[in-house]
This record gives sequence, structure tokens and C-alpha cells, in this order.
Amino acid sequence: MDFMAVLRVAMRALARNKMRTALTMLGIIIGVGAVICTVAIGEGASNQVQEQIRNLGDNIVFISAGSVTQGGVHMGSQATKTLTVGDAEAIRQQVPLVSKLSPGVGSQVQVVYKNQNWYTRVRGVGPDYMDIRRWPVSEGSLFGQHEVAAASNVCLIGKTVVENTFGDEDPVGKTMRVQNLPFLVIGVLQSKGQSPFGFDEDDTLIMPYTTVQKKISGIDWLNFIMCSAVSNDAIAPAEQQMAALLRERHHLRPDEDDDFIVRSPSDLAQAQAQAGRIMTLLLASIASVSLLVGGIGIMNIMLVSVTERTREIGVRMAVGATEEDVQMQFLSEALVLSLLGGTAGVMLGVAGSMAVSSMLRWPTLIPPEAIGVAVLFSAGVGVFFGYYPARKAAHLDPIEALRYE
Amino acid sequence: MREELVESKPDTEAAATSAPVIRVENVHKTYDLGEIQVHALRGVSLAIFPGEFVAIMGASGSGKSTFMNLAGCLDRPTRGRYLLEGQDVSQLTKKELAAIRNRRIGFVFQGFNLLPRTSALENVELPLVYSGIPHRQRVERSMEALRTVGLAGREEHHPAQLSGGQQQRVAIARALVNNPSILLADEPTGNLDSRTSVEIMEIFQRLNEERNLTILLVTHEADIAQYAKRTVTFRDGKVRHDVLIEGRLIAAQVLPTLASVDEDDEADASDGAEAQA
Ligand SMILES: Nc1ncnc2c1ncn2[C@@H]1O[C@H](COP(=O)(O)OP(=O)(O)OP(=O)(O)O)[C@@H](O)[C@H]1O
Ligand SMILES: [Mg+2]
Repeated sequence: MDFMAVLRVAMRALARNKMRTALTMLGIIIGVGAVICTVAIGEGASNQVQEQIRNLGDNIVFISAGSVTQGGVHMGSQATKTLTVGDAEAIRQQVPLVSKLSPGVGSQVQVVYKNQNWYTRVRGVGPDYMDIRRWPVSEGSLFGQHEVAAASNVCLIGKTVVENTFGDEDPVGKTMRVQNLPFLVIGVLQSKGQSPFGFDEDDTLIMPYTTVQKKISGIDWLNFIMCSAVSNDAIAPAEQQMAALLRERHHLRPDEDDDFIVRSPSDLAQAQAQAGRIMTLLLASIASVSLLVGGIGIMNIMLVSVTERTREIGVRMAVGATEEDVQMQFLSEALVLSLLGGTAGVMLGVAGSMAVSSMLRWPTLIPPEAIGVAVLFSAGVGVFFGYYPARKAAHLDPIEALRYE
Repeated sequence: MREELVESKPDTEAAATSAPVIRVENVHKTYDLGEIQVHALRGVSLAIFPGEFVAIMGASGSGKSTFMNLAGCLDRPTRGRYLLEGQDVSQLTKKELAAIRNRRIGFVFQGFNLLPRTSALENVELPLVYSGIPHRQRVERSMEALRTVGLAGREEHHPAQLSGGQQQRVAIARALVNNPSILLADEPTGNLDSRTSVEIMEIFQRLNEERNLTILLVTHEADIAQYAKRTVTFRDGKVRHDVLIEGRLIAAQVLPTLASVDEDDEADASDGAEAQA
């Protein structure tokens, strides 16, 4: 029996009971639709997290001074004074897994331009910092090693600071007062928006770390060191090597805690993405339960169909249909049923996830392979649940089937 | 109308010139119902030669249908040998039996057994579908078979749109379409009125003459048996009588003498008569 003939018979049998066919397919349609929707939402969310990780910077490893607890009183984070420019230089020279590095100090400062003033945070960093953060300068230019060595009074300012001090004026080349010292604005930072951790990245000043150390904070240690590892895989070993190096440099005994903290923001974000993925998987498997129910619906209807068409099966056998022919016929009917349902379900899922993104403003993303898997899976459901009824039909005794009333 | 039946060895002429199409030797069929065993056939031996037209008669429950099912390879004997065109089919697999039913045997049933809501043409095509014959050829051959039984122009009609006689003709066309060597008909006229029954006999006689088709026909009606060439009578699962028919009726001659039931059927019948002429 040729394929087209089998298909035609299956289509005709299904067309004969349109309502029944539609209701039977509904289980598969809803199942596939729900799976596609949850996967789309989950993938969209995880895609957004990945995007944020990429936004964070270039394989960042962040070392901050440790927090200090004295006599049971927490003295604030980054309070230890042991992290130094010497540490930064040692890392640069001894940890080859680190490709870029910037020492850093932070502080809160008062900024005044004409009659406008603004309270913001300042980051004193090295010239590599902007590269590490993948944070371009939109106007003007970055300071170089020369300004760092000279502890020049130059700064770059973020969009939020521009808005609150310069307004519509072009800040580049102007002088403003930071903690009452005159600073030349040499550049404006490209807007970065919200950080994944929820604060405004554009509300900041950037200047050489030496300038902040000497002229603003009056300290000779560092609050943090920001590094780029050579690759994503190098992050973890780089962290270990840096920690070992710092412990050695800080003369810590094995029983002493670190007086610094090494972490990678991508760790956190990865964990977040992982949790999201597990959530998606969980939701998708709940959704696929309805696929199972749909499959049982197919099995049920196929059993009814076999009983209804017992005589037809007898006739087909009498004129030469083999058991395989009969089995093939009912199996292909179940397959057509589930494949049509699966296809309709994919459409429902795509439409549903489009509705979710446009109405709830949630990012959704349907991986093309998810559609393939959904269609294949529904075909699998059809074959699995169609197998028993088809076998039952094939094993009918032709004489009894012909006599069946 | 009852003619005198003469006890005789069947068709000695055919026996002399050719091997039997169907040869059963001491065939038994026992239905095991657990508690009891039903002996439907208890040692049937029979030889049927090419071109024979055999009426099988006997009381209800005498084993006629059981015999037909075995002859048609729908079932296998419990004991004994069955040679179909010289080949022992007792030991064949289900798949091989299906192929035999498909190519060498045509069935006609009392209840027509057409697929409902399926056109006459597609009903007739059915055996060809299982022979793997391409669509174009299937349609051609099915149209031809429908023409043979006088149903040209009714190809697209569904069984529900056809009279009983017409439905039975569709079933005959289906039985013929794959050019089998044997036609097995189990009470084909059981549900039909007497005129329509004679029309069916006219088709059988024509097929028997023109194509040398071997026909086995189960019937309860003695006057229908008169259209055959030989009568085999079953009783209690055994062959009791096996005789040649004397004074055989020719349906084409009988038909004009019968009152027409409806004009439509008459038109079809005369189509058939013309085709034969
Ligand atoms: N599938 C079966 N299971 C059990 N017994 C059966 C089965 N088929 C037939 N029989 C028995 O075998 C015997 C012969 O039945 P069969 O159908 O061959 O009779 P028949 O001559 O065709 O009768 P009728 O003229 O009524 O059609 C009967 O006693 C019947 O009850
Ligand atoms: Mg019977």
C-alpha cells in the first residue's frame, strides 16, 4: 500500500468526524502550545540575563577590599586598607590569565557647575577600566597613563551627572568643581542604564585613581581591583591564582580569613540564568503533562475508531490487507492527528508568546529547535499512543471482524 | 422449478484436462470454545476444477461458511490439506494468505460489506490498493470492472445511494478487479429480491463463461442453485451430495420473463445483457 493512499485514507477518516478530530487534537494543541510558550518566556528571560552579563564587562573578575569587623562591630565593606597598587601590579605581572587590569578607589563627592550641584559617586580607575567594563566614551576622550602618573584633575562624567549639572550645555572642555577642586571634563560616558543589580550606572564620575587617592579621599590604598580574564573559562582559575597571590602578599596564615573578596559578577548572573533555566524546564515539563493527556485522548479515540470500523477492517483484510497494512493505516491516522495537533500547537505557542511579549512586555524567544522538538515530540506521542489501538486493529480475526455488527 | 439432481462424479471432462483449482483433503475445522468443541467441518474432501460453477447447499450450521472461509484463505483448517492451484496453503503465514486473498480470490458476501461513505469506484479499487498498483491504473481497472457489472456511470455513488442489487454489483466488481481465478460468494442473493437475484446470477454465469472464472456459491435457495453447474450439499460438516445439475437455468433467458421490479434495475439489466451479446 503506497504512502499517498495510506495518507488519503487517514485524512478521510479524520475528516469524517471533524468535531471529534478537532477535540482530540485539542489536547495536543494545548500541550504543544503551552510548552512553546513557557520555553519562549524562559528563553527570553535567560537571553536577557545573558545580555546583561555581556553588558557587565569583559570576563570581569572583581577584587574588593574585605570588610572589617572589629570587636563584633561591622565597620563597613571595603574597609580594609591592605589592598594596594602593589597588589595590582603583582597581579598584572604574575597572573597571565588576567588580560586587563585597573586599580580602583571609590568615593561620594559633591559636584558643582555654575549654580547646579549634584551628589554622586566617583570612581578612580586606570585607563583600562572602560575597556574592562566595555563602556565607551561617547564624547571627548579617556585619560591615559600620563594623567594617572600626574594625578591630573581630569574627569569623565556619566549622562545622569551631565543632566543634573550641565543641562543642555556641552560639558567637554568645561571646568567644574568636585569637592571644591577644579576638574577639567575631558569626556562624557555612553549611557549604560540600569545595572543588573538595579542602580543607575550613569550617575558617576570617572577619574584617575591616583587623583581620587591623593586629592579626594586622601588614602594610599585601593578599594578594588577590576580585571578581565583572558576568557570566560579562565575566570575561575584566575580567581584562584589571584586569591593565592594576595594571601601570600598579605602574609595571611592558613587559618586566617581573606582580607579581600574575589568575585565575578558573571557567577551571580550565571547562577541567576541557571535558576531561570531550571524554572523553565520545570514549567515546560508541567506543560508537557497536557501533551501526555492529549496522547491518551488520541489513544481513546483511536480505540473507539477501531471498534467502529471493525467491519471495515474485516473487509480490508478479506481483499488482501496484511496485518502490517492495517497497523500502518491506524498508526498513520494517529500520526496525522498528532502532527496536525502539534503544528496547530506550535502556531498557538508562537501566537501566545508574541501576545505575552507585546502585552506584558516580557522578552520572549522561541529557539527554532524548540519548534522542531515540539513537532517531533507530538509525532512521538501519536506513534506511542496510536500503537496499541493500531495493533489491536491489526490482530483482529478477519472472519470475526467481517461478522461484527 | 426443481430439476432432478443426478448423483455423479463432477465434471469429468474438466478433471481430465486440468488440475483442480481447489483441492481439499480430509479437512477438519474445530472451534475450541474452552468447555466445548464445535466440529464445524469433519473431514471434507473436494476437488473443484477451473471454470466450474458450484452451488454449495445445506442446512444452517452445516459448515458451508466455514468451508468458504477456509477456501478463501481467511482461516486455516485444524486438520487436513488444502491445495490451492496445487500449492499447499495450510502452512502459509498470515502475510502469504493475505497476498492470496488479494490476487487469486474474490469474495462476495451476503451483507455486501462495502465501505460506507466511500464511492463505488474507491470500494472497487480496494484490492488494487493492497497490490500496490499505481493510482491511474487502479482507476482504469476499477471503471472497467464497474462496467462489467453494468454500473458504468455510478462510480461516484456511495453505497447509501445505491439499491441492494447495485451494492452487490459493486461488491462483485471489487471481487473481480484483481482478476482472481476463484470467486467465492457466501449467500450473495440472501438479501435480494428474486429478480435482482437472477440479475446477479446473470453476471456470475457471464463471468463463468467468458473468463472461465471458477465460482463457489453458497445458497439456501434451490432455484438459485439451478444457475450453477454442480451442487455440493453439506450436512453436519461433511459433504453429503455432490452432483452435476441437469437442466441448468440460464439467467439471460430467464430475466425477460420476469416482471421488472423497477425501471432503473431493468435498464441496468439490459445493459448487462447487451454487454454479453
Ligand atoms: N467462530 C466460531 N466459533 C465457534 N463456532 C463457530 C464459529 N463459526 C462457526 N461456528 C459453528 O460451526 C458450525 C458451522 O457454521 P457455519 O457458519 O459454517 O454454518 P453455515 O452452514 O454457514 O450456516 P448458515 O447457513 O446458517 O450460514 C455451526 O455450528 C457454528 O455454530
Ligand atoms: Mg453461513
